[in-house]
Amino acid sequence: MGEAKFELDEVTLKRPGRNAAGDVTTTIILNRITTSFLKGKITAVLGPSGSGKSSLLRLLNRLEDPASGRITLDGQDLKSLNIFILRRRVGMVWQLPTLFPGTVLENISYGPRLRGISLSRARSQELILMVGLGPELLDRRADSLSIGQQQRVSMARTLANEPEVLLLDEPTSALDPTAAANILHLMVDLKIRLGLTIIFVTHLLDQARQVADEVIFMHHGEIVESAPARQFFTAPQDPRSRLFLSGQLEG
Amino acid sequence: MQYINIGHGDLVLALVLVGITLAVSLWQRLDLHGDLFIGTLRTFIQLTAVGYLLQVIFNLNRWYLVILALGIMLLVAAANAYRRQQERWPGLFFIMLLAIALGGIITLAIVIGIVLKVKPWYQPQYIIPIAGMILGNAMIGAALAVNRLTGEIKAHRGEIEAALSLGATAYLAVLPYLRSALRAAMLPTISTMMTVGIVQLPGMMSGQIIAGASPAAAVRYQVVVTYMVAAATALTTITATLLAYRYYFTPSHQLKPPEQNNKTKKQKGKPDLPRGVRGLLRRGIKGGGDAAGAKTVDSKSVKFN
Repeated sequence: MGEAKFELDEVTLKRPGRNAAGDVTTTIILNRITTSFLKGKITAVLGPSGSGKSSLLRLLNRLEDPASGRITLDGQDLKSLNIFILRRRVGMVWQLPTLFPGTVLENISYGPRLRGISLSRARSQELILMVGLGPELLDRRADSLSIGQQQRVSMARTLANEPEVLLLDEPTSALDPTAAANILHLMVDLKIRLGLTIIFVTHLLDQARQVADEVIFMHHGEIVESAPARQFFTAPQDPRSRLFLSGQLEG
Repeated sequence: MQYINIGHGDLVLALVLVGITLAVSLWQRLDLHGDLFIGTLRTFIQLTAVGYLLQVIFNLNRWYLVILALGIMLLVAAANAYRRQQERWPGLFFIMLLAIALGGIITLAIVIGIVLKVKPWYQPQYIIPIAGMILGNAMIGAALAVNRLTGEIKAHRGEIEAALSLGATAYLAVLPYLRSALRAAMLPTISTMMTVGIVQLPGMMSGQIIAGASPAAAVRYQVVVTYMVAAATALTTITATLLAYRYYFTPSHQLKPPEQNNKTKKQKGKPDLPRGVRGLLRRGIKGGGDAAGAKTVDSKSVKFN
């Protein structure tokens, strides 16, 4: 076992909602989650839709806070860390590229600019090359790129903050197979070259099989099984894992 | 030149105009005669009531009566701006009140104290109509700006959370949408400034000319009023949006989940205004109307009375 980057202890997430009658209700999204994410590894968070995978991710850079429980990053309680520094250390990329209006360069330099740092031309070229795009795209308008290119720019924008952790929420779901494969290669590449800890939410078994070192399998807001990827795919312990692997488990 | 007074008898003659409207409605089967009847009556009753009220304030000429009248006008303006929101939440009424009060008082003080140098400052002849124009426009600006801001935040959750995730504060993450809300609210005022007097003579200027003022003098008033309205709108909308956006974020710079904001359903038809204000509105000092009020404010409704 490696060293833990994130540790979660009895983490419960609730959200307010409304039932059909319009009354305020509380929905339990994550129920007493205890787990850890290993440093320098790619952990795939698997599960059918509605299992709480994305919500789990949102807790790790404090886009949301749990109702109870404790989350630590390198042993420090998330709530004790400066939120802006935390979010810089823990970068996030979503299903759909969420680029800002403006050029690719303006997008990539957004994070550093928040800290008063202007990104050098060389560094921005380095970043764009890292995600597999050409430097000639830097001055293009972000919305003139293809979705696949935009997703890579989103990645470069996050990497410009020099994060230690990358949270990826179904990053390939809007992409064609080639673009998706490129993103997967990029993930492995970033893990090896930069030593990033990558937490990768997906419902696609093949993708997890290709890149994951570890697997966390979720269902109905709980962790059903967490194991090294090889073990999870060859000898799943829980009956629900086996159902999911054979494509028979629904949300 | 002499000022032609409209007597009560002349007013009856003006019903000929209502007759024309009625004829069109009946002829084309618009089915508007019921509303037209009520509208005709309400116009007469409301304006007559306001007229008498103003007459009393003018005759007594007391500073506290003027303040009272301005206070009521302010409450009604805030309540109307609030009722025009697609999404209402506790505290929004007070944000509207504060924003309109701030924009209104500052602009009013400049016009009355510095530009017109009215002495004493509370002369109802000046302060009441000028405050009316300021508050009316501030109300429309605040309503437009906050509605737009709400819509923008809803439509751009992804971009806002992306900015937050990159280390932006809530303010910086929402800034592009604050700007577009402010622009949307300011634009009608600015475009009116571009065309004022060319298409239509502003209401106040027309009124002054009919009352016997020389067109040159009336125009100078209108220029002041136009600048004043722009300033009031700017101050009010910026205050309202800067206060309102905070509702959508937690102190830890997190965008609140959308479910928490869905309060419109429950409150439909029963706005949760403070009790006194609710009564004020029911008595219909300024209708605003549920049907008209529910929709977003039409930019054409900006008028310099």
